[in-house]
Amino acid sequence: MIRDITIGQYYPANSIIHKLDPRVKLFSTLLYIIALFCFKGILGIGIITVFLFTTIKISKVPIKFIVKGLKAIVYLLLITAVFNLLLTPGNRVFWHYKLINITDTGITNAVVMSVRLIYLIIGTSLMTLTTTPNQLTDGLETSLKPLNKINVPVHAIAMMMSIALRFIPILIEETDKIMKAQMARGADFESGNIFKKAKNMVPLLVPLMVSAFRRADDLAMAMEARCYSGGAGRTKMKPLAYEKRDRIAYLVAILFFVAVIVARVLLPFPQ
Amino acid sequence: MSIILDKVNYSYSVGTAYEVNALKDINLKIEDNEFIGIIGHTGSGKSTLTQHLNGLVKATSGHIYVDGEDIYDNDYDMRKLRNKVGLVFQYPEHQLFETTVFEDVCFGPKNQGLDKKKAQLKAFEALYNVGFPEKLFYSSPFELSGGQKRRVAIAGVLAMQPKVLILDEPTAGLDPAGRDEIFELLAKMRKELNITIILVSHSMEDVANYVDRIIVMNKGQVMYDDAPREVFKHYKELEKMGLAAPQVTYLMHELKEKGLQVDETATTVDEAKQSILRALGR
Repeated sequence: MIRDITIGQYYPANSIIHKLDPRVKLFSTLLYIIALFCFKGILGIGIITVFLFTTIKISKVPIKFIVKGLKAIVYLLLITAVFNLLLTPGNRVFWHYKLINITDTGITNAVVMSVRLIYLIIGTSLMTLTTTPNQLTDGLETSLKPLNKINVPVHAIAMMMSIALRFIPILIEETDKIMKAQMARGADFESGNIFKKAKNMVPLLVPLMVSAFRRADDLAMAMEARCYSGGAGRTKMKPLAYEKRDRIAYLVAILFFVAVIVARVLLPFPQ
Repeated sequence: MSIILDKVNYSYSVGTAYEVNALKDINLKIEDNEFIGIIGHTGSGKSTLTQHLNGLVKATSGHIYVDGEDIYDNDYDMRKLRNKVGLVFQYPEHQLFETTVFEDVCFGPKNQGLDKKKAQLKAFEALYNVGFPEKLFYSSPFELSGGQKRRVAIAGVLAMQPKVLILDEPTAGLDPAGRDEIFELLAKMRKELNITIILVSHSMEDVANYVDRIIVMNKGQVMYDDAPREVFKHYKELEKMGLAAPQVTYLMHELKEKGLQVDETATTVDEAKQSILRALGR
């Protein structure tokens, strides 16, 4: 159960997408999300689909692996689709029962919203799958640097993010270990109703919290021992630098975005 | 109580690219009241092996018989097995969670379905058996020193009165004095409580003094399974596995090479001393 968590998972492969500067990937993902929420018409969705699947193809990440990430939102997806389908008023009503209407607008809305959600998850997970957590925070830190001027602690936020991501697998392992240790003492994590289950979690959660705090303490000490004192004056061993492929990628992302907007203005039909 | 392992195999992440054969065709027989040391390098499968013995990990293939019953039978009660085979994990103090030491030790017996009084009695006995000072019974387990925490954690498993007690690296992170204390304690418990003790360690030096049988694991296989002095005869092969025989073994072999007629199979400092004195004719 615990091992299904795929947040921040990285899929190692040797592709041009993996090699791109993280800033490019962050920027392109942002454009992609905006495009996803303002496209209209069949041409818009066509452009997005082509763009998304070409990128996946180039990234060499197996499509199966990406689709696995959709499992987490199956319920959200179902609820969104069903509500849109049944509760949207529209011009042509196909079926009617009390409050429930199935209309033409309802059907389009259900389809469009589902596609948006699915594409959103696929697109963003493609970014995390092709970028290591370290690169990601690095990119974020560099991109957000201007915010330093208005006193946003960009470096601290980026550092917290990378530490948090780094600790996810450690804590999962720790949970597994403590669970086994308590099972060896006869603990039962499976049977009983929800209240009993929650109560049975105490022997797992208390040691887990204690160990998380201990680790945090140790880490803070280790960082201080190496004279860590925040972002001021800190330099990087491998500073991010744009290359030719990054400039091309920027261009492609912007062209994609413009194409979606143009499609929205010129050809907003059918819906 | 006997435990028999029959061709036990275990693989991690079966069917993926990360598949690892952690155990390969393990055959073992563990009898009553034995004191066994399982030794192996990191990743040799020793911890995985111990987790099989109380059913926390299920073998990919093979059978384990406890008291003549196959623990992988569908109607076999795993909780019964966990009452018989107690497992103390590495750094067991990390599993403490109750507000007082006493309450924490009661956790196991309570899970066995005992009423409050009986559970408390078991907890008291267990804490007494590990030599835990009575005046600290009601202090928070988080306020104790490392060695004391470990005693409490061992007591937590001991309170369930297992017939077999398995300890995974029970002395990791303790100072030499704390280490000797734990080993003395285990030797004493084995005698007085008449239980089988299985000790997992990567240090020959530690276990050589106490156990009467050593199982050497390497890459998921049992390499040697014999009395310590027999196992240490293979000290050159042990070195190739990244393990070392006790320093005494090296000393005795070198003395013998230099022409002194000593017994090179001595495993403890005491035995070595006697043998050297004898060879010198004193």
